[in-house]
Amino acid sequence: MKMTLAKALNAGLRRAMEDDPKVVLMGEDIGRLGGVFRITDGLQKDFGEARVVDTPLAESGIVGTAVGLALRGYRPVVEIQFDGFVYPAYDQIVSQVAKFHYRSGGRVAMPMVVRIPFGGGIGAVEHHSESPEAQFAHTPGLKVVACSDPLDAYWMIQQAIAHPDPVIFLEPKRLYHSTKAEVDVDAAPAPLFESRVVRAGTDVTVLAYGPTVKTALTAAEAAAGEGKSLEVIDLRTLSPLDMAPVFESVRRTGRAVVVHEAQVNLGLGAEVAARVAEQCFHSLEAPVLRVGGFDTPYPPARAEEFFLPDLDRVLDAVDRSLAW
Amino acid sequence: MTEFLTPSPSHPDMVQLLNPEGERVSHPDYEFSPDRPEDEAVRGFYRDMVLTRRLDVEATALQRHGELGLWAQLLGQEAAQIGAARALAPQDFVFPTYREHGVAWCRDVDPMQLLGLFRGTDQGGWDPAEHNFGLYTIVIGAQTLHATGYAMGVQMDGLVGTGDPTRDTAVVAHFGDGASSQGDVNEAMVFAATYNAPVVFFCQNNQWAISEPVDQMVKVPLYKRAQGFGFPGVRVDGNDVLATYEVMKAALKRAHEGGGPTMIEAFTYRMGAHTTTDDPTRYRVSDEVEAWKLKDPIARVEAYLRRGGGASSSFFSKVEAEADELGERLRAGIHALPEPDPVALFDNVYSELPPELREQRDGYAAYHASFDLEGASR
Ligand SMILES: Cc1ncc(C[n+]2csc(CCOP(=O)(O)OP(=O)(O)O)c2C)c(N)n1
Repeated sequence: MKMTLAKALNAGLRRAMEDDPKVVLMGEDIGRLGGVFRITDGLQKDFGEARVVDTPLAESGIVGTAVGLALRGYRPVVEIQFDGFVYPAYDQIVSQVAKFHYRSGGRVAMPMVVRIPFGGGIGAVEHHSESPEAQFAHTPGLKVVACSDPLDAYWMIQQAIAHPDPVIFLEPKRLYHSTKAEVDVDAAPAPLFESRVVRAGTDVTVLAYGPTVKTALTAAEAAAGEGKSLEVIDLRTLSPLDMAPVFESVRRTGRAVVVHEAQVNLGLGAEVAARVAEQCFHSLEAPVLRVGGFDTPYPPARAEEFFLPDLDRVLDAVDRSLAW
Repeated sequence: MTEFLTPSPSHPDMVQLLNPEGERVSHPDYEFSPDRPEDEAVRGFYRDMVLTRRLDVEATALQRHGELGLWAQLLGQEAAQIGAARALAPQDFVFPTYREHGVAWCRDVDPMQLLGLFRGTDQGGWDPAEHNFGLYTIVIGAQTLHATGYAMGVQMDGLVGTGDPTRDTAVVAHFGDGASSQGDVNEAMVFAATYNAPVVFFCQNNQWAISEPVDQMVKVPLYKRAQGFGFPGVRVDGNDVLATYEVMKAALKRAHEGGGPTMIEAFTYRMGAHTTTDDPTRYRVSDEVEAWKLKDPIARVEAYLRRGGGASSSFFSKVEAEADELGERLRAGIHALPEPDPVALFDNVYSELPPELREQRDGYAAYHASFDLEGASR
């Protein structure tokens, strides 16, 4: 069946709830309304108000009570309405969710998923377009993943829910309704914590995740027209990073460009570049280049096209890498 | 719990001075006593509300035409906002949410600047100090803490209880019924009570937080929360501009005189969608909307003025003409709003641009210039 990313996530959540009665969804407007992006559409109707919980408008409260539910044996799946509203819950996530397992000497599990629609490109007002992934990837005890296509998202959300550790689950909001793909609900899923090559190539390795996977693929298409062959890897898992396929690729191409929407300074690209430099030093023909948001706050909507890495900026980096 | 959604018109705990039929009613604690002749004051309220509504209607239409990315509608909340704002002394300071277009109007913020924010050409172009009106705050509830801190500062500056009405200063924190759940709002109230800060918590209970009805989250009437924090709470008919004005005036007076915080719950209704991206038919019934239409805040003032002869028909047509003019100005102005310059992304991140960011900016400027050159040579 062909599904949008939004529908695929909805179907994945539905299946996870069918499979495990302990799965409970919580968040603002997720019940009656089905969430502001409709990711939980119809779930409250079918699973009831006790399993699809419209919460008070309090992010610290949502995540903090989810901690308690997890301690009681439930598997809470929390929806944060927009990336910029996760910060009121930040303390609960980094100080509590991330550390329970460690503090309890492994006695207490924290099987929680925090779903965050992230990234820009939808013309929104401030606080609705941010990319907070590095803040969570920097926190030991959390796992961070980002989906980028419907089939993958369908499985990833179920795997994240079934996983025993807390997972920050990033959903590229501008792809929710703009990407459609075949979703085979019987196919065997790829493992959750692995990156994967989404387009094979020989000249430059382009690394992306979430919303920039599409940008990278479009860039690869355009570059092919100019006789340049780009290999595109969807990182998928940001913490832990799965670098083996990346190293393998870069050893072949000798060049890497990392693309993300988040600010470049201390962003995920910095970590990726450092690891590639350490492991592939002798194969590199050029330094690892990073394309991302500038080190400014996310700008007003009519300037976001300047801030976001687009096709041209990816191709520009590819050219710089090749010209080295 | 029925008192949340269907309070009786003469609810003893809800201050009302002008009923939905446009008749003056009395209340033991509050009396309409404006600072100018009554009819003149009411005409002023009427004009403010009509123009604010026009701003809202035009902005909604502009969003529909793709000129604004988003608009947060205030339809139905005009009286709550105009009543609250017209009670302010010039030196009082307001911390708004994202829906306080009527308050912005009264604080002389150019409506074009509100449109700029929602168009996405800037993130709030006015100077808070010039208007004593803060920037719109989108993260729910955050501004209530800022208001409380500002009020603590006012008190430290010795500007409460001076006895001089031109110096005594109060601060207003706006927020919604949904926001009352946030930690920040509750912490703001704790601080306000602890330091006896001259702040008025003005909650517009418009019954809905996007799709969530107030009675789902709040189990006692909102104004009663205040008591738990240690200061008074009052519920006012938020569709009654006279009552809102008086209740606000009393709370501001208390703050000015050093009496400390007050919470006001303005009982009102969001007639439109939460924002232009919201579809309220998914979660609320039209009967409810129809019932609230009968309590329209503007219609009752008009009825009052017409019936009592407080305004001539030429007054109404003059206000209408003014509203048309405003609409015209907004439609014409929208394209005159300056488009952001790519290199301006780097402005105002810091007061002094660090060398690294300067390099990023210059590199980006050069990158852009290279496109311009290509274009020119073609
Ligand atoms: C911290 C935070 N969480 C979520 C949101 C998304 N959001 C915007 S408005 C809103 C509902 C607010 O309801 P209420 O406080 O009643 O004010 P109203 O919009 O009805 O005036 C929500 C959930 C936000 N802006 N900030």
